[in-house]
Order: sequence, then structure tokens, then C-alpha cells
Amino acid sequence: MAEVHDRPPEQFKLRLRRYDPESGDAPYWDEHTIELEPHRSVLEAILQAKDRFDGSIGVRCSCRQAICGSCGIRVNGEPALACHTHLDAAKASAENGVIEIEPMGNMPVIKDLIVDMDAVHWKKIQRVTPWLLAKQPVPEREYLVSKESMVDVTQTMACIQCGACVSDCLAMEVDPGFIGPAALAKAYRFVGDPRDDQQRERLLDLSEDPQGIFDCTHCFKCVQACPKDVNPMGQIMRLRRIAIGDHHIVDQNNGERHEAAVTGLVRNYGLLHEAELIPRSYGGNSWFAKFTPAAGKELLGSFPVILKGLLRGKLNPKIAVFGHKIPSADLKAVQAIYDKIESRPERYELNLYIAGEDEDATPVAVAAGAGADGGETAADPTSPEGSAN
Amino acid sequence: MPAHDVLIIGAGLAGQRAALAAAEDGASVAIMSKVHPVRSHSVAAAGGINAAISVDDDWHSHAYDTVKGSDFLGDQDAIEVMCSEAPAEVMDLEHMGVTFHRNDKGEMDLRAFGGASMKRTAYVADITGQALLHVLYEQLLKHHETVARYEEWFTTSLLRDDAGNCCGAIARDVRSGRMEAFTAKNVILACGGAGQAYKPTTNGLIVTGDGIAMAYRAGAPLMDMEMVQYHPTCLVETGILITEGARGEGAHLLNANGERFMEKSAPNKMELASRDVVSRAEQIEINEGRGVGPNGAGIYLDITVVPRKRTLEALREIVNLGKDFAGVDITREPIMIRPGQHYIMGGVKTDVDGRTPIDGLYAAGEVACVSVHGGNRLGANSLLDTLIFGRRSGEHAAKRAASMGMPSVDANAQLLEDAARIDAIIARPREGRRVSEIKSELGETMNRHAAVFRDEAGLQAALETIGRLREESENAWIDDRGTVFNQDVLGAIELGYMVDCAETTVVAALERKESRGAQFRTDYPERNDGEWLKHIDVSLGEDGSPAITYSPVTITQWEPEERKY
Repeated sequence: MAEVHDRPPEQFKLRLRRYDPESGDAPYWDEHTIELEPHRSVLEAILQAKDRFDGSIGVRCSCRQAICGSCGIRVNGEPALACHTHLDAAKASAENGVIEIEPMGNMPVIKDLIVDMDAVHWKKIQRVTPWLLAKQPVPEREYLVSKESMVDVTQTMACIQCGACVSDCLAMEVDPGFIGPAALAKAYRFVGDPRDDQQRERLLDLSEDPQGIFDCTHCFKCVQACPKDVNPMGQIMRLRRIAIGDHHIVDQNNGERHEAAVTGLVRNYGLLHEAELIPRSYGGNSWFAKFTPAAGKELLGSFPVILKGLLRGKLNPKIAVFGHKIPSADLKAVQAIYDKIESRPERYELNLYIAGEDEDATPVAVAAGAGADGGETAADPTSPEGSAN
Repeated sequence: MPAHDVLIIGAGLAGQRAALAAAEDGASVAIMSKVHPVRSHSVAAAGGINAAISVDDDWHSHAYDTVKGSDFLGDQDAIEVMCSEAPAEVMDLEHMGVTFHRNDKGEMDLRAFGGASMKRTAYVADITGQALLHVLYEQLLKHHETVARYEEWFTTSLLRDDAGNCCGAIARDVRSGRMEAFTAKNVILACGGAGQAYKPTTNGLIVTGDGIAMAYRAGAPLMDMEMVQYHPTCLVETGILITEGARGEGAHLLNANGERFMEKSAPNKMELASRDVVSRAEQIEINEGRGVGPNGAGIYLDITVVPRKRTLEALREIVNLGKDFAGVDITREPIMIRPGQHYIMGGVKTDVDGRTPIDGLYAAGEVACVSVHGGNRLGANSLLDTLIFGRRSGEHAAKRAASMGMPSVDANAQLLEDAARIDAIIARPREGRRVSEIKSELGETMNRHAAVFRDEAGLQAALETIGRLREESENAWIDDRGTVFNQDVLGAIELGYMVDCAETTVVAALERKESRGAQFRTDYPERNDGEWLKHIDVSLGEDGSPAITYSPVTITQWEPEERKY
């Protein structure tokens, strides 16, 4: 601990993306050298540049402790909270040691580092009916609900609406209409809340919307970007599982059947059988599915994509048609995973928000956690959901 | 010109709660904030909210603890209102969707907090303020048809009609730079405290005393301004807050000798004595050479005595804060803290319905002084204060609005005056000092002379410095010449607000020649009920300097007694 506080100030070079909407000029880069202790934040660096050199640098900020959500930016191309990014870490990930600071993506820039969150982020939040539709009658005292359920939704309650996940959502980049990670995490906050009366209606709405929960491409960008371990993609996957598993929502997006087709094929073949995927997703989860009219139509529609894939060598026609063959021991191992998961009485939901709590009971894990970088064990935001042991 | 029954300035907990209450009572409401509502500093309140909801609790006990915590300066009628209405208010919020932590029976769980005689703090992990703020914002979105939101609008002055009643405000759209006059039958100030007048402070950069200064300039009296709370557990370097919830969960405070020094000043409550008592005890350890860390400027907060599972679940935010802002895993080792400016008990003087002496002007939350906190606020009473008096202000303003017509006022002159003032700041020549330098000196001055321990000489020195800084601030120059998001020019206006808050604080601290609550005068170390069991009110005098009057403390059932923890 003492070494953290004893480190002397160092010089850091900042390269700031500036934009003045009143100048008529294009965005430009602006460089400043600041001096701070290396464990101080990028926000403090920006504020030093603003205080000492140029007060016109536009940046939203307030709390300096990663709770108000104002200072979402990009540092060296990655979304982050400025106040939550250490200068030494930012320098280490910078090219040539110059820390590059830009406004967030997927949202229009108003000035310098300030983006229009209303036009994108807040509009999407409003899309998910972001208030509790409480079960009636309202009790005189509090609703009696389990401790676990409240801790569970508190993970999404912990979202500070900073927009970091929205900034780099790949699905939103391609489809700006995608409801997106922050708003769908917000949706889980109600879907997962036992006091809400509209779980099915909410899920039906978010499943039917072609830009809803099945529009996520599962890229993990939002999980990495989130400074508060909200795990937006994980919440989206949970929305899907509840929609499909608990409510059997057969949606226009075909999410339910597509999931059944993928999991069914992997169970049978050990790997994905691409040629069977589309027919089964549309026609039903069996070998005969390809003869149903809906699947045929879809298959025809997909021909250009398939052709492109073949021409570019992304598809091996033989494997695509006949399926992958893996050693039978491996196939058995894959199927054993399925058996184990499906034999569980309840769906297993790993809640990252309280992950790490088991450590007291397992002395080995405690010893490991107290190693060189002890403290990383509390909640690792990069652990994909479902990888619990 | 936009016209509303109720115009609320500030969109933290008090403002949003007021907006909801007024809207539910049928008023047309506008809520205006210089930042997006969820950025408001209420978001940083961590530990929880007090309410006597447990079946074996009683609001009278909560009220007594609050009175004692206030060092008997709190007005007991107001404290009775707050504490008796607390359980219903907390239940209302639970029904709106706040994800309060539960016990094994599924009821709201309660944690211990400083100065409380039993566990009565409801909480959402250690993000209670955030959870409350975000849930209220959900409700504002739900009521979007009756509540107009002006997000990122900066208020420059309050409007008053010929009779002196408050009837609206002038504001600048931060995004476009456009100035606009808003007419309103009632204005509710809910724009928080003035922590940025101190450096360091736990408060966000937006907490610049805007509402206090605007009300003061409009002629409203301020009360209890000398009472400034230093929170006992702030990170040594950055001043970032570690929630009192940590001590509520059982954490210890240790000096360099590894002693739990609170034994000396609070043998019964130990670390859970009231904040003024704990901060003073820490400062004594530091001043007498028993501090830890570089220069012995810190104290150890040892959270490792709390079971790790409990810490990870209930103190998750500070686990991260420790890791990110001090490089310490609080579940494995102690963390270095010290007292830091956190809250101002004083503010615009109001009654229990949020009314200031100016008709049509209300105030609620940290901007206001009812006074429920008196000389020292108990932890987890601030969220309660914002909600109870925010709601009551909204209700009263809606009722008043129903009985009157829209005021007709020609706001044009004032609109032009405010616009000209902003243009003049932008046009200032680059001579003298920058806004940021003056702000920094102001904050350091306050932290040196108007902190945990005070005396006549220090306060006089502070007053002189503030006078000089006021002059300098009137010529301070800025860089930004633009209109879109010109944060620079708003910073210059905020500096003026902070100077007003600092001056009234120091003037009141000089006036109170005794030690009570957060005010500890080393030259008057005893509490003196005979002379000083009264509020100090500060108003803007005709000559432009602060004028002092007194008002009595309301005592209903608890006679002042010696305060021991």
C-alpha cells in the first residue's frame, strides 16, 4: 500500500480529440503534457489540462469515483470511464506512450469529449418501459421477496448509465436500431424483479422486436467495457433463457428455434453442422425440417451468403453438408456436458455480482487469491456467464 | 416563455421527489438541472436510509438519536416530522421499485449506522443513493406527460415580482447556450450543498452551492452555515468517501500503535459514534503523531474484521473503490483514511413544508436547512431528509399553485442582464488569475481554517482571503469563447456561488463562540447552551456583506443534556 502513495509524479502526454461545432472545422487532435502520480486517473489528467492550459476542453464529469457515470470516453480506442482509468495503465496500452482520448462511439459528438446521450442511450432506455409495473395489490409494508432476487437485480441496478457499453456495441454499429446492452440490462432489472407483474409481456415485446434481445451478436464488448461489472451481455442471455425456457416464447426472430437447432446439432455432432442449421431453425429441430416450406424459403434467401462463404473459403462444402466428425470419445464428452446440465433441477444462473463469495469456504482458493495480484478474485468482469464450476 | 405551476431547480433526490409529489397532486411541473438527473450527487450516497421500520423500533427513538446527533441544535418539531414519516416514505420507495437488501424472511434488512441506538438503516448494497436516484428517475420517465424535464440547463438567477414573491428563474441551455426565462407559480430549490468550496471534498465537481447563493442573493436567510460535516473515512489522497456502512458492518479504526483509539472518546459506541465525534478523535490522533502512512496523515480503517462474504455482498462498491483508487484490497488489509469535508448541515432556511421566508420560494435537501441536522447530521439521515422534505415541498407547492393564477412578470430585463453578465465573463481580458486557481485557493483556505478544529485567528485569516478571492473572482478569466457547452463560463459563475457560501460559513463560524456539533472552536472548547442554544441566520445585508440575526431552537420533548457516545 505504501508504495502506491509514495510514487512521485510523472509526466504524461495526452492526445485529445477535439471538436468545436461552432468553428466549422473538422475534428482535430490536441496535445498536452500533464504531471501527476501514475495511479491517478485519466480524468484528473484531463482536468489538469483544462485547469492549466485550456479551459475550453469539453468533458462531462462530476463525482471522480465511478458512480455518477458522466465521464464515459474512449482511451486508446477502448471505451472507459475517465475517472476509473489509471494513467499508468492508460500509458501502457498506448501507442508510443501517448494516451489517446476520444469521445465515445455510436453516439453523435456535441463538442470535444461530450456526446449526445439523449439521442441514443436515453432513447433506448425509454424503449424498455423502464419502470416497475408492480404486482397488485400493493402490500402495506414491503413486498416479501427473496434476498437472492434483490441482490440479483441489484447487479443491473448498479449500472451508472455511462454509455461505455453502448459506445462499442458491435451490433449497434451495424444496426443502430438495436436496443443495445445498457437498455436491455435495464430491462433485466424489471424482468428479474419478482415484484414486477409483466415479466412475460416484457419478454414477448423484447423478443418480437427484430432489434430486441435476439439482435445481440454475443461479442462480449459490453462485458469488457462495463466499469461496474453489470455484464450487459450476460443479462441479455438471461432474458433469452427466461423468454425461451420459462415462457416458451416463439418469436418472429426465430430465437427460440435457432437456439434449439444450435444446441441440438452440437449435441448430435459435437460441433455445429452448418448446413442443417438454417432448415432446423426455420422448419423445426429435426432432419426433416428442410422440407418444410418456411425453411426452403429461408434457405433460398440465404444462398447469396452461402455462396460468398464458399467463394471466400469460409465454408468447406463437404463438412457443411455431411457435418463434422469428431472422435467418438470427444462426442461422448460433449454429450456428458449436456446430460449434466440438463439433469439439474433448476437452471443454473451464475451471478457475477456476488461471485467470489465461496472463497471463505475453500481455503485453497483464498490462498490463490491472496497471491501476487490478490483482489482480482472479487468479481472478474471478463468471466463469461455459465463458466461456473 | 415556458410557464409551470412548479419549477424545480436541481434533479437529485429532493428535486425528483418534489417533482413526483407535485405531479401526483395535479400540478404542471418542470424539473431543471445543470446535469442529467442521474449524475446528481445524491448518486454518491452509499450507506443507506434511516427509518424506524423494524417492529421493535419506534420513530421516537430515531428522533431522539437525531436530536442528540445534532448536539441539540436541530429543531425538534422538524425532526419529529422527518422521523415519523420515514417508515411510510421508505415503503413508498420500495413499492416504486428500489431493490432494498432483504433478510432471510424476505423483509427489508437493516444495518447499523453511526449515532443510532439500533439497526435502522435500510440499504441497497452500498449504492443506496444510486438505487434511489435511478428508481426516482424511472418514475419521472413514467410521468413524462406531466413532468417536463430540462436536462443540462444551468440556472443563473431567480425571478421575483414587484411584491417580492419568487415567480420563476432565468436559465441557460448548456448545450446551445440559449438563455430562457421560466415563469412559475412556485420555485423549489433542490440543487444540493456547496462541498466544492472545500478542497478536498467528497462532493462531486457539480456541488457548488448554486441554490444557496441564488437564494441568498434574492434575500433569503441562510441558517446553520457554520455547521460543516467532515466525514471520518475518506481516502487520504483523493478524499474519496468510504461509506460509514463499513463501520456499520463492524470495521475498526486503528492508529499507528494499532489501538482502537475510539475507546477514549466514545467508549460505548466506539467507531459508531456520531461523525463529528469520530472525525475529531481521528484528527487528534493525527495531530498528536499517532497517524499512519506518509507524514502520519492517515488512520487505518480495518474492514478485514468483517466476514469476507459479507463485505463482498454488502460493501461491494468500496471493495472496488479501495482497489481502483488506493490499490488496496480492503478484504485483506486495512485502508488509510482521514476526515474530509462531506456535507453542510446549513442552507436556505425553511419550515417543515420547505417554505423559505420568500413567498413562492421553497428549498429541500442539502440546499435547505429545516433544521433537522442541527450541529451534526447522522449518517443515513440525509437521504431521508431529501425525500421527506422534497415530497413535502412538492405537495405544498402544488397546493399553493392550485389557489393562484400564473404570475405575470416581465422577465426580459433580467434575462438580458444575465445574458450580458455571461458575455462579459467570456470577454474578460486574460489578466489576473484563472478561475481554477482561485477555486483551488478558496478550497484550501476553507480546509485549513474552517475544518474540524477552528479558532478566531484562523477564521479571520480565512475571511480576509475570501474577500480577496471575491475581488479576484470578479475578474477571473476563462478560455472558452463559444456558446455550445461552454463549461468554462459556467465555472466562473459557480465560483461566485462558492465564494458566497464560503463567506457565510466563515462569518457564522466566527460568530458562534462555542463548540457544538461540527463546530469545534479551540478557543471556546465547551458547549454553551446559555448563550448559544440558537440558530445563526445569515442574510445579505444592504451593504452587500453578510448580516447576522438569531432564531430560536425549537424544543418539544428532549431537553439538552450532555452528549456522550
